[in-house]
Formats: sequence, C-alpha cells, structure tokens
Amino acid sequence: MMTHLPHHRVSPAQVPGLPLRAGLGLKSEHFIEVLETRPDLGFFEVHAENFMVAGGPFHHYLGLIREQYPLSLHGVGLSIGGEGPLNGAHLARLATLIERYQPQAFSEHLAWSSHGPVFLNDLLPLAYDVTTLNRVCAHIDQVQSTLKRPMLLENPSTYLLFQRSTLDETDFISEIIRRTGCGLLLDVNNVYVSCINHQRDPLAYINALPLHAVGEIHLAGFAEDSDSLGDRLLIDDHGAPIDNAVWQLYEQVLARTGPVATLIERDNQVPAFSVLQAEAQQAERHLLQVMA
Amino acid sequence: MSTQHAFCAALLAHEPSCPEGVFSSNGADPASRFAVYRNNVHSALINALATSYPVTRQLVGDEFFHAMAGLYVQAYPPESPLLSEYGSTLADFIQAFEPAQSVPYLADVARLKRLRVRAYHAADIPALDQPRVLEQLNGQSRLHLHPCVATLHSPYATVTIWAAHQTEGAIASVNPWQAQGALVLRHGLAVKIFGIDSGSVAFINSLGRSEALETAVEHALEASSEFDLHQCLGLLISHDAITHLEQKVSP
Repeated sequence: MMTHLPHHRVSPAQVPGLPLRAGLGLKSEHFIEVLETRPDLGFFEVHAENFMVAGGPFHHYLGLIREQYPLSLHGVGLSIGGEGPLNGAHLARLATLIERYQPQAFSEHLAWSSHGPVFLNDLLPLAYDVTTLNRVCAHIDQVQSTLKRPMLLENPSTYLLFQRSTLDETDFISEIIRRTGCGLLLDVNNVYVSCINHQRDPLAYINALPLHAVGEIHLAGFAEDSDSLGDRLLIDDHGAPIDNAVWQLYEQVLARTGPVATLIERDNQVPAFSVLQAEAQQAERHLLQVMA
Repeated sequence: MSTQHAFCAALLAHEPSCPEGVFSSNGADPASRFAVYRNNVHSALINALATSYPVTRQLVGDEFFHAMAGLYVQAYPPESPLLSEYGSTLADFIQAFEPAQSVPYLADVARLKRLRVRAYHAADIPALDQPRVLEQLNGQSRLHLHPCVATLHSPYATVTIWAAHQTEGAIASVNPWQAQGALVLRHGLAVKIFGIDSGSVAFINSLGRSEALETAVEHALEASSEFDLHQCLGLLISHDAITHLEQKVSP
C-alpha cells in the first residue's frame, strides 16, 4: 500500500551547494561552543590546510560539526598563480579532504604563495598578462579535473601593480571564468581594499566582473596604513569588524546578484563567537532584503 | 630572473628592498607598498611560531623570542603549505643560537612542545583493549605503540619547567638542573605529558624500534637500575598507547 510520505526537510548538511545564507569561518577555539550551542548559521568555512593532519581533535570536531552544517572548504596554500607547476601532493591532500567531508563548495585564491621549495604563507600578487592567464587557466583546469568539481576563485586584495600587466584585473578574472568554467568567490572587502589602494571605483570594478558566476561572497575587516605619499593604504588583515563602506558595497553587489552565500571572515584578533554571529545576522538581513 | 623569483628574493632578503617592475597608481614609492607584503610574510610566520611555542616565548620574553624567530624565519622559511609542521627545526636552531645559551633548557622545552603538536594531530588508531594486552603479554611480545607516543630525554627538568608555565601566577621554585625524561601521548582528545625516568625513556624507545619486551626491559635497566616495568607498562596500557601485539619470535 502506498503511504503518503510526510513532507520532511532534508538535513541542511546534505543539500548540494551552499545555502543562500550567512556563514562563519570555523576557528578551533569555537569548536566546542558551536557543538554545544548549535548557532543558527547557514554554513561554516574552514581553511583546508588546517585540516591536513592525520587525526586528533581537529578531525573529531569538524566531523561532528559537518553533520550539522553545510561546509565550505577554503584553500590558502595551493598557489594557483605560481610560476611553477601545482604541488601535486597538496592537490592530492585536497582531494582526500573533499572526499572525507563532502563540502558544498571549494575555493582558492587568484594569487601565488609558493616559489621553488619555499612557501611564503601570503597571498602574493600576479602580473596580468597572457602568459599568466594561460598558466592560471591550466592550473584551474588541473584542480577541477583532479577534484572532479568546479572551484570558486577569489579575487585578490593587492598593494602594488606590475608594469608587465597588459590586462585589467577584472578582464583577467572574467577570461579565467569564461575559459575554465570556475565560479567566482567575490571578496567584497578585497574589492574595496584594492580599489582604494589603486584609486579605482569599487562599483565600476564590481560591474566589470562576471557577476552571474558568483558562488560565494566574503566579507571581512581591514587595517589602515599609509604609503610614502601619505595616501590611504588598506591592508586586508581579517582582524577587524567589517567596515561600513564594505557593508554598503555588499548591498550594491546583492542588488546585482541576488542572494549569495556570504561568509564573515575573521582570522586575527578573533572576538567572542557572539560578536561574529552578530555580523552574520547583519549579512542575513541584507540577504533577506534581496530575496523578496 | 622571473617576476616571482625577484619578488620572493626581496621578501626574504635581510635588508628591506623592492623588486623591479612594480609601481603604485598614485605614484607613491613602490617600496612603501612592497613593505606590506614583506611585513605580512615575516610577521605571520613569527606570530605562528610565537603562538606555537608559548612557554619558550615566556622563558625568554616577547622581544627576545620575536628577534630569534625573525632570524629563524629568514634562515628557514616554510617548505610546505602545512603550517602546523612549521618550526619543527626551531629547537635545533635554538640549541645552536648563541644568545640563547644562558637558558640552556630552552631547546628542550621547544622539543617538548613540538612532540605535543605531533601527538595532537597524530592519526586516530584504535588501541588494543586493556585486558587483551595483559592476557597476551610475554617476554617475546613486540608492542606497537600508538603514533602519538613520543619520548624526550633531557638533561634538564623540562617537564617540570613546562608544567610550571601552564598555570597563571607565581612559578614555584623549579630546579631546572635535574635530568628528566618525558612521555608525550594523546589520550582520547587530550595530549598528556608525563615526567618519566631514563629507564622508562629507554624502554619506550626500544618498544618503538619493535624490539621484544624482554629486550626493552634490558635497555631500560641498563639506563636506570630503578626502572619499574609494572609502572611504565601500566602508564602505556592505561592511556591506550598500545595498538597491536605481535607474538612472532624473530628468526
């Protein structure tokens, strides 16, 4: 006999793709609080490299949290923009993590961080020319074919420009997305930081991007310095609350993209979990406005 | 020279410099912009070491630690994107670092911390259940230790120094000049450090080399006539440090 199945919600951790909600970066100091309080958040994001360890508490807690929440895996060490070949061992470790945790999204940066044997632990800038473009596209093809899924590429925050560059950053990114089919992780703070540093209009930069490809948004805080002329030099340090100018730009982005999964990034001077949650709630209010 | 090669060289150079071919749109000196990258690279790595080695830092103070870590970063930048492994050679660097000689136990405190990190992230391998170990154990047994298990033999009271820095407030008088061994392991999710005698260090190291139990006991007694097999084995068994028992007699 056919019974009418009750209409039940699928566990949020099983939905493919990140939900159109706000999420937080997951810090090890918050593992237990998250499990005990089960905060109402759309997803968590982790830095892939932190979980490239054999076992122990990191895997224990991430496994438990993953059962409850969608997950975004964010790489910071693949050096996609590097002049040398991709680190095959690192790519294999990423594949293992993805297999284990089945994240709803995997993202990496338009930057380089390794050169020869040295890992510099920073997201370093690229000269935008055809040579670099071909290399980055080949690397992304390799990542996507190894991981058997599309990745999201994050726009960078930069402090310098290269004389060698022949393409605008937005054209460079657009062409990568067109050629490789990867998505865009639009870091609105990076847009603001780079545009102030290079005297560009942030909204014009946003408008020049292929916004249809945006699969996730990052919001973060910056630090403020000045250069040799005393001009504002913004530093993407993920160590402060999100600036009002970045919230405004976020609103303008959402007006163009509609709702997009949005991450609050905080990696330095990490405040109490409730402070981060309040920022996530603020992002969700913006998301709700464009859902109507 | 490639763009990234020049950029990398300038990031790691001893003196602040700026690679060729970079500029600022407002005409500012590119060196003032490049300094951000240089500072990011150095301060992030130094901070990573300072966070990883809190007791070592406390023993010499922030200023000394940062200067020493800065030299280490320049001499030995990371060679892997896995930063949890960065600094595994810091203890050896400290050992040879002339200005740190006045704190002779500094390197061993750093070694102990490294073993702690190693234990924290070691593979999850189930332990053999305790009654089975006791039932099957004999002189020919070869005990497989959990990958989290490590020992440190130190001419200083490294474990006591370490423990004294785990609590806030006044540090009770510690005599650092007493040789002390350490056993580091992870029990469940918690890493534990035990002060053990030199016989126990020799015993555990011998087991780690897959030598038979009776051979391990011989090594332990050579190291210290006061070695207490019952106590040492009890410590390992009760903390789930044994994952497998091999009864084969080697040919």
